[in-house]
Amino acid sequence: MSTLSSVVAPSFDVEKIREDFPVLKQKVHGKPLVYLDSAATAQKPFAVIDAIRRFHEVDCANIHRGVHELSQRSTAAYEETRAKAKHFLNARSKDELIFVRGTTEGINLVTSSWGRKNVKEGDEIIISAMEHHSNIVPWQMLCQEAGARLRVIPMNERGELLMEEYAKLLNPRTRMVAVTHVSNALGTINPVREIIEMAHKAGALALIDGAQAAPHIKVDLQALDADFYTFSGHKVIGPTGIGILYGKTKLLNAMPPYQGGGDMIKVVTFEKTTYADLPYKFEAGTPNIAGGIGLGAALDYTNALGIEKIAAYEHKLLEYGTEALLQIPGLKLIGTAKEKASVLSFVIEGIHPHDIGTVLDRQGIAVRTGHHCAQPVMDFFNVPATTRASLAFYNTFGEIDALVGGIKKVKEIFS
Amino acid sequence: MVHDLYQEIILDHSKRPRNCHTMANATGQADGYNPLCGDKLKLFIRIEGDIVKDASFVGSGCAISTASASLMTESLKGKTREEALKMLDKFHELLTTDTAVSQDLGKLVVFCGVRDYPARVKCATLAWHTLKSALTNNAAEPVSTE
Ligand SMILES: Cc1ncc(COP(=O)(O)O)c(C=O)c1O
Repeated sequence: MSTLSSVVAPSFDVEKIREDFPVLKQKVHGKPLVYLDSAATAQKPFAVIDAIRRFHEVDCANIHRGVHELSQRSTAAYEETRAKAKHFLNARSKDELIFVRGTTEGINLVTSSWGRKNVKEGDEIIISAMEHHSNIVPWQMLCQEAGARLRVIPMNERGELLMEEYAKLLNPRTRMVAVTHVSNALGTINPVREIIEMAHKAGALALIDGAQAAPHIKVDLQALDADFYTFSGHKVIGPTGIGILYGKTKLLNAMPPYQGGGDMIKVVTFEKTTYADLPYKFEAGTPNIAGGIGLGAALDYTNALGIEKIAAYEHKLLEYGTEALLQIPGLKLIGTAKEKASVLSFVIEGIHPHDIGTVLDRQGIAVRTGHHCAQPVMDFFNVPATTRASLAFYNTFGEIDALVGGIKKVKEIFS
Repeated sequence: MVHDLYQEIILDHSKRPRNCHTMANATGQADGYNPLCGDKLKLFIRIEGDIVKDASFVGSGCAISTASASLMTESLKGKTREEALKMLDKFHELLTTDTAVSQDLGKLVVFCGVRDYPARVKCATLAWHTLKSALTNNAAEPVSTE
């Protein structure tokens, strides 16, 4: 199908791109690896691997407190990533971007710091029916502690949020609306701009989980007007253990620190500590410096390709994959929203996803099976689990054909 | 190849599980759950004296866990409590070590292919973990493979 790919995206040379990703070159169980699990974590290009290596080989030093050359270099490289992330997200200021371990920590920072201060008994927090556990559990913990109520925006059979129901949930007690931009289990792209606007009209704030959006669609924080936005580096071809939390300056300034320690202070005496300015107030201790530098390289790589071009190419892949899977008798797609990105989640009548995953794996095809950290989504569709193929810009039309072939094999074995 | 895992008997028992029903006169029962794949199992046993007279299960699971529950319930009948627990140990050994295949396991040896699929060992042992709980009667909490 390389002819098709060159027709739809003449400027997108996927074979050349694949050369940059060493992982993709291997064979698994004797077959060429077909990696369709990028929603769990994306593969890394040489640019990222080399940047991390260079840091350890040449520039390795702790940041922010050294006058020596290496410390200057590592600080500059680490802080440069903040500037790159500002550009990537179109944030107003790089001081609004806090380094965290990933989306999970970004959300927990907000529930711990903003939440404990601002959420009181009788208040309400709204999430949605398609959240990842990391955007459910921290809010649940906060609500339990504060005596607040967690409310859930329902969805329809296609996996689209019911906006009229959302409107009804909003009320003067709503403090926060926390919703995912793109669903990892269904692929749905939510109308977050509208969701945020409605939250603001009701006097509430909005946090957007960008874990699955940042890799696949353009995120424009100024256009969205989100109060908090967070994503994980490892899903945007960066390393694990690093991510970004964006928060509006005014909110971040009013929030207490998340953790105490070095780097987040101005002056410490035993009587009193004055906290550092943004963003350092929220960055206690030696951070993941190598990860931060690797993330910078990942954002550079993504920018060089162009997120719009990535989105367009991935959309063609998704359309092609959707059509191909729907030809398979007995296969049902879970998540058929009009607006989707990257995810093909499905079940096959009479065959458990875990068996599908094992048989595909033996053909070199890596997919994820299970509940995808979204058990309420599984309950809604009344399935114990799904098989999920998730796409990235380094995937090819040929790999989708391989997936279809693999599923046919599964059906042969279990029919 | 993948057929070492999905042998004919396993496929047969996964598609047509034996003893797959609830049991009104059970003397023991227990729930098992494998969070990794969402497999759920409810196991029933009827013991008279010291002998397992009957065993059955209901639930939803993958081919490996369903076939394992089906074959387990078949092989339990007529065994003493102690013999059943011994089988459990042997079965576990079959799945996790490279030692020679035990002769005493009968049909259950078809699961030896699971050895090469570490991610699937829990699927094959779910029914057996649940059995242990049913036999030792601390069935208040569902057993979990995690
Ligand atoms: C939608 C969504 N939110 C949050 C997360 C959690 O991200 P992390 O594990 O990197 O913190 C994920 C990861 O799977 C996700 O897909």
